[in-house]
Amino acid sequence: MKGNEAIAEAAIIAGCRHYFGYPITPQTEIAAYMAKRMPKIGGTFLQAESEIAAINMVYGVASTGLRVMTSSSSPGISLKGEGLSYLAGADLPALVVNVQRGGPGLGGIQPSQSDYFQATRSGGHGDFRMIVLAPSSVQEMAELTVKGFELADQYRMTAMILADGTMGQMMEPVALDLDVKPMPEKQWATTGTKMNRPHNIVNSLFLDPAALEQTNFERFERYKFIEENETMYEEYLTDDAEIVIAAFGIAARVSKNAIDEARKQGIKVGMIRPITLWPFPVAPFRKAADKAKAFISVELSMGQMIEDVRLAIDCKAPVTLCNRVGGMIPSPEQVLESIRQTAASLGGAN
Amino acid sequence: MVVFDKPHALTDAPLHYCPGCTHGIVHRLVAEVIDELGIEGQTIGVAPVGCSVMAYNYFNCDMIEAAHGRAPAVATGVKRANPKENIVFTYQGDGDLASIGMAETVHAAARNENITIIFINNAIYGMTGGQMAPTSLPGQVTQTSPYGRDVNHCGYPIRVCELLSELEGPEYLARVTVNSVKNIKAAKAAIKKAFQNQIDGKGFSLVEVLSSCPTNWGMTPQKALKWIDEAMIPYYPLGVYKDRSAKEEAK
Repeated sequence: MKGNEAIAEAAIIAGCRHYFGYPITPQTEIAAYMAKRMPKIGGTFLQAESEIAAINMVYGVASTGLRVMTSSSSPGISLKGEGLSYLAGADLPALVVNVQRGGPGLGGIQPSQSDYFQATRSGGHGDFRMIVLAPSSVQEMAELTVKGFELADQYRMTAMILADGTMGQMMEPVALDLDVKPMPEKQWATTGTKMNRPHNIVNSLFLDPAALEQTNFERFERYKFIEENETMYEEYLTDDAEIVIAAFGIAARVSKNAIDEARKQGIKVGMIRPITLWPFPVAPFRKAADKAKAFISVELSMGQMIEDVRLAIDCKAPVTLCNRVGGMIPSPEQVLESIRQTAASLGGAN
Repeated sequence: MVVFDKPHALTDAPLHYCPGCTHGIVHRLVAEVIDELGIEGQTIGVAPVGCSVMAYNYFNCDMIEAAHGRAPAVATGVKRANPKENIVFTYQGDGDLASIGMAETVHAAARNENITIIFINNAIYGMTGGQMAPTSLPGQVTQTSPYGRDVNHCGYPIRVCELLSELEGPEYLARVTVNSVKNIKAAKAAIKKAFQNQIDGKGFSLVEVLSSCPTNWGMTPQKALKWIDEAMIPYYPLGVYKDRSAKEEAK
């Protein structure tokens, strides 16, 4: 199954019956899959007139408490930025998929990870966060989609799958016997009062500055809880590692090959693969920094996650960047060379 | 004997609108229609960005505040979430509907989305203090057209009902006003039809209400109502621009 299709099928398994999107490469398989499946299962697939309309249709369905999603790729996500901010301001749960391509501007259609800042800092105006999940296999595309819906509902916020063109197009076997937790009750939803409760209002406008400040404080209390409880990551050979690679998505898969080769050459290198990019898994990096002498951030960007790595380890060790951009992917040889150079600079085995 | 009462679908919140503004009248008409059709418990309203941004405080049904211009897209989501139960209306001004949200408006109409749109056309941006709207008249003086709207510089005002009437999609398009008792009664009938159409599953129904903005027009409330007759109606003629069911029945 293709990664994009795995996301679509997992969303349906998670109970999502509403999908809104606008065509953009390299994620259109998600829309195509939904267009085929949704009418057969009593769901709604609607091709919106724009990314902006699509995210606002998501906002409408989310207001009624149902699971809903949209997907796009980098330039389209920029257009959705307005809606992402409103979803955050109105505390609405939704799943948004970004199958990233190279940028800025129209960029290209090949894989990229250069929307890391946009996803983990703020996808739109105002103070807010999204839960950002970074799959590294087709299986994870499916599993994190379910997880994304669950986290979005639990914390009343947007969860974003931050994939890339490789993940979207890659074909791998995938097990779809996915566990889905029951959806929490949503008493805030605008489902019609049925004349037996006061009206519900979904809103992000607070003209009184003190009231607006309070909503921000409360939201960030929630974010703090998420940072303490919801980080996900994978460690690979970090126990004795003198060099630790940070990489996610396709970069992590390439890095694994390079690490295996470097280990054969006697270099003690391991990897921390963040699965949640926000909240960023600070703890394993902090722990690794007690022993490791150097870190390498392997990215398909000009160096975005590297800032989080430096913050996580309090600059206790040097962090270098190993990257390709514009749709290019670092080869295992490039990563291995980066590992070897780092090892040499440490005066270690070579 | 009660001869005059507040519709149940209106809350007790005091309206924030300026003296002489016709938003209050249109709110009341929408609420009366919701009462008369007995649909308050299943109605979900979508407020825009503009003067009626806080409409969510004034209607007793469930309410959603949308981003500027996006109300028809939000309403599409709400309607599609539960098409059998949900009665969905948007309440939008001219900047919201005909400028920043034109794409959402046109496409919701083209899809014949089964929603009701109340479109307040007062030929100006009220909330931000009186700037030129997509419906400001040629020569109209506003904060951003201080020498009068020059059509050679910034084009002509948009007649929304006429524009949408060229589409196959929409079910019902009507332009009304609320500057006299007679016109208010006609406006209410159009609004009621726009909701009834949705209940009957007929589709996209939009009622454009020519409205006054005495504050930003720089007029007294009385003069403003007169200006609707003298300046607005000649450019924006009242009437039904599309009524597909009526046309089909007539065949």
